[in-house]
Amino acid sequence: MPKVKVKRKGVALDMTAMCDVAFLLLTFFILATTSKPAEAVVVDTPTSISQTKLPESDIILISVSQDGKVFFGIDGQATRIDVLERIGKQKSMPFTDKQKIAFSLMDSFGLPLNQLQSFLSKDVNLRNKIEQPGIPVDSAANELQDWLLNGRYSNTRVRIAIKGDRGADYKVMKRVIATLQDQNINRFNLVTGLEAKPEGTVE
Amino acid sequence: MADMGDGGGGHDKKGKKKKGSPRVDMTPMVDLGFLLITFFMLTTTLSKPQSMELNMPDKTDTKEQTPTKATHSLTVILGKEDKVFYFIGTPKDAKEGDLMQQTDFSSAGIRKIILDKTKEIGGDDKGVPMIVVVIKAMDDSKYKNMVDILDEMHITNSKRYAIVDLLPEEIELTKKFDI
Repeated sequence: MPKVKVKRKGVALDMTAMCDVAFLLLTFFILATTSKPAEAVVVDTPTSISQTKLPESDIILISVSQDGKVFFGIDGQATRIDVLERIGKQKSMPFTDKQKIAFSLMDSFGLPLNQLQSFLSKDVNLRNKIEQPGIPVDSAANELQDWLLNGRYSNTRVRIAIKGDRGADYKVMKRVIATLQDQNINRFNLVTGLEAKPEGTVE
Repeated sequence: MADMGDGGGGHDKKGKKKKGSPRVDMTPMVDLGFLLITFFMLTTTLSKPQSMELNMPDKTDTKEQTPTKATHSLTVILGKEDKVFYFIGTPKDAKEGDLMQQTDFSSAGIRKIILDKTKEIGGDDKGVPMIVVVIKAMDDSKYKNMVDILDEMHITNSKRYAIVDLLPEEIELTKKFDI
């Protein structure tokens, strides 16, 4: 008997369903996630057993880098422009529309006021290369206080969060917390990473 | 590379092609779809950062300050290089009685001390622990130390604690541990 040769044929799979699934997932990921914002400074937060989530909106984020530089960030582009306008009015430093737009796109910044204008006028790529010196917080010129106050005027529902690097000196943190307390902000959040509860935790 | 199916099946009627949905090869499209999924999965973060709520005492309001017995207060001082010092009572007592001791952040360190002292001091008639932990961080301690000690407060379920500025005599007291 002759061998029955099974003719090999390219199997034409119907890809439509698979394609549907792929694009469904794609849509989900695009909508459900927010891209990691480029940060002006790298902050390695300490871990804690606390499970409270950080609110997503209406937040002022004060970052403290390892070398003790202070950065300020507020969410919402319109809020940012408003804050800048208020600061400009207060310090009689008029900002151009172009500078305002540039400012509204920055998640956080760490510049003294006198360097802010020239920084904002620079090209984006050039800006990213500049190492920001941090906002002055010492008692002689506490600019963080001005930013905070105007930020709270621009968005009255705002909550304050401090994102400190684990290696930051407590001295700087003390200044930041004192600045908050001067404005009667006694409740705020500390941004931390997640850590498992150790054994023997008293519930 | 679109495969047009059975293509020209125009045998039924002259000149007219059979109407049917053309088969399009979806493979490249699926490839592209999954490539984009992978990209979005890797570049985005789903997890929101955790945070710890901190309440500081009101500086302007002095009315709400409740006096506590010196024997109920445990002062914890955070020093440089993750050192922890502690004593019970007032700084004056600590100086006279040489009460200050050194420990660390391990579970057998400050956590055990807080738990032991909580038990030792006991609760009031309602069973609420009467211990008050006074946290004082030195200028050269790190922010991590502060978060760690606040964590210990949560772990040991100590509800009454305060972050207070360091007194000069307490800095003096810690100096005896320097080698």
